[in-house]
Amino acid sequence: MKKFYDMTIQETRNLLRKREITVTELTSFYIERIQRYDKDVKAYLRVTDEKALEMAHYAERKIEQGEDGPFLGIPFGIKDIFCTEGIETTCASQILKGFIPPYDATVIKKLKDGRFIHLGRLNMDEFAMGSSTENSSFQTTKNPWDLSRIPGGSSGGSAAAVAAGLCAAALGTDTGGSIRQPASLCGVVGMKPTYGRVSRYGLVAFASSLDQIGPLTRNVTDCAIVMNAIAGFDPMDSTSIPQPVPDYTKCLGKDIKGLKIGIPKEYFITGMDPDVMRAIEESLTVFEKQGAIIVDVSLPHTEYAVATYYVICTAEASSNLARYDGVKYGLRTEGKDIIDMYKKTRLKGFGKEVKRRIILGTYVLSSGYYDAYYRKAGKVRTLIRRDFDKAFKSCDILVTPVSPTTAFKIGEKMEDPLTMYLSDIFTIPVNLAGLPGMSVPCGFDASGLPIGLQIIGKPLDEALMMQAAYVFESEKNIKKIPDTFR
Amino acid sequence: MKITREVVEYVGHLGRLDLESHEVDLYTDQLDRILQYMDKLNTLNTEGIEPTNHAIPLDCLLREDFVKESFKIESSMQNAPERKGNFFKVPPIIEVEE
Repeated sequence: MKKFYDMTIQETRNLLRKREITVTELTSFYIERIQRYDKDVKAYLRVTDEKALEMAHYAERKIEQGEDGPFLGIPFGIKDIFCTEGIETTCASQILKGFIPPYDATVIKKLKDGRFIHLGRLNMDEFAMGSSTENSSFQTTKNPWDLSRIPGGSSGGSAAAVAAGLCAAALGTDTGGSIRQPASLCGVVGMKPTYGRVSRYGLVAFASSLDQIGPLTRNVTDCAIVMNAIAGFDPMDSTSIPQPVPDYTKCLGKDIKGLKIGIPKEYFITGMDPDVMRAIEESLTVFEKQGAIIVDVSLPHTEYAVATYYVICTAEASSNLARYDGVKYGLRTEGKDIIDMYKKTRLKGFGKEVKRRIILGTYVLSSGYYDAYYRKAGKVRTLIRRDFDKAFKSCDILVTPVSPTTAFKIGEKMEDPLTMYLSDIFTIPVNLAGLPGMSVPCGFDASGLPIGLQIIGKPLDEALMMQAAYVFESEKNIKKIPDTFR
Repeated sequence: MKITREVVEYVGHLGRLDLESHEVDLYTDQLDRILQYMDKLNTLNTEGIEPTNHAIPLDCLLREDFVKESFKIESSMQNAPERKGNFFKVPPIIEVEE
């Protein structure tokens, strides 16, 4: 019999509806897997098993009453960055330890409306700042494909939990690649929607002109199902786009004959892992066989994206993180006066990378440097956006690698922040331009580590991306869960 | 060398971070290297280019102004590190001369 982790959300719901299994059995299946495997993976910061079973009993009663919902009885892992009423939300930071939000983020409310099961809170880089989840102030998450390696970040807990079959699906956030890069490194599907497609009300803010919420799932179908539920206009988020949401599952199964796929030459650079290069090239032949047309395009300002991003995201972070001052919530460390209290609280509460980014962001915004760095970066961002506008005149989607390498060793890049920053080179431009981007598993390197393919779309064109991803997934049929977790 | 210890200490003060001495050393060195990398932006000619603040520009949305229920005081205060009644309590802000 197929295990639950090999089924789509839809298949699992059908079993629940036909009463072949109960929600409690399904929930217990995942809780037992977490107990068995998560001591090695360390994807979960906290397992909310009591809450999960309580929600399971409730969902069971609803099923008996003939009620339905897109996630009725489906257990999710939640990145610890979404405010959830009554459930500790820490952002993997000491400064928010013990913080119990008094309200639900819009995405959480939408999952609740769909009657999901809240399995627990997933690890992340502190305040989503990092590419390896090593910046969590609580624990280091391991890559399920090789426990000596990082799962990617910042949504590393989400990607690892999905990859190891420790939840049905997970939510993550992506500011410069934080959904796509860990999805790629852990061999799962990850979608960063168009900026403004998913409401961010109740999301702990990092860089507000870049942050987006999206799903991490084991297949494209689940990605579409979760997107159906979380996308859409929300009056509580002033950056939310007032456009109707299509049914994303409708695009699954449509062919891609005549689809024009742009290949930006700047994304195939020297220094890239040859196995990654080979996997992407092989993937292009799969698309071609299905009738897609490959066209060469150019994104000439790609090499400036990392510098642009780290000016803008640190500037926005330094401003957003000013709220952690020990007054209304979170940690407080006593000081001789209020300024001293702020400084001591923030010294103690923030980790190394967060402090580094606050200093950098404060510097680029400070008097005398604002024009040279922050304003300049905003202008280069315009050039990067225009590159994409121009490229999309001759193609429908872009296909690129997600990350220049597969998962690196734990500790390998921790002493060198600049090298760590450069590992996001292929995902960052997408956030700067506000476009949707998606990571789809496309193969493995010589040591068996997953490789992801990035699909980049025009604004609000997520359906077309999933259509292409679904065709690719059906053709390639890539193994999802490592044998050690079966 | 653009970044000195004094710059990091000053920016730390602006960002309300009471950095320890070894952190000032570390960040001085790292920020200097990161900013040198960022200087590549200044090799681009951006004359006449308007900066992008939001990638997907939206018109300011308006809605009817109506009264609705807001958070209960207790739920807004429940995470306060220190409180006095319905107020957040903080250390002295203004020195009182005796």
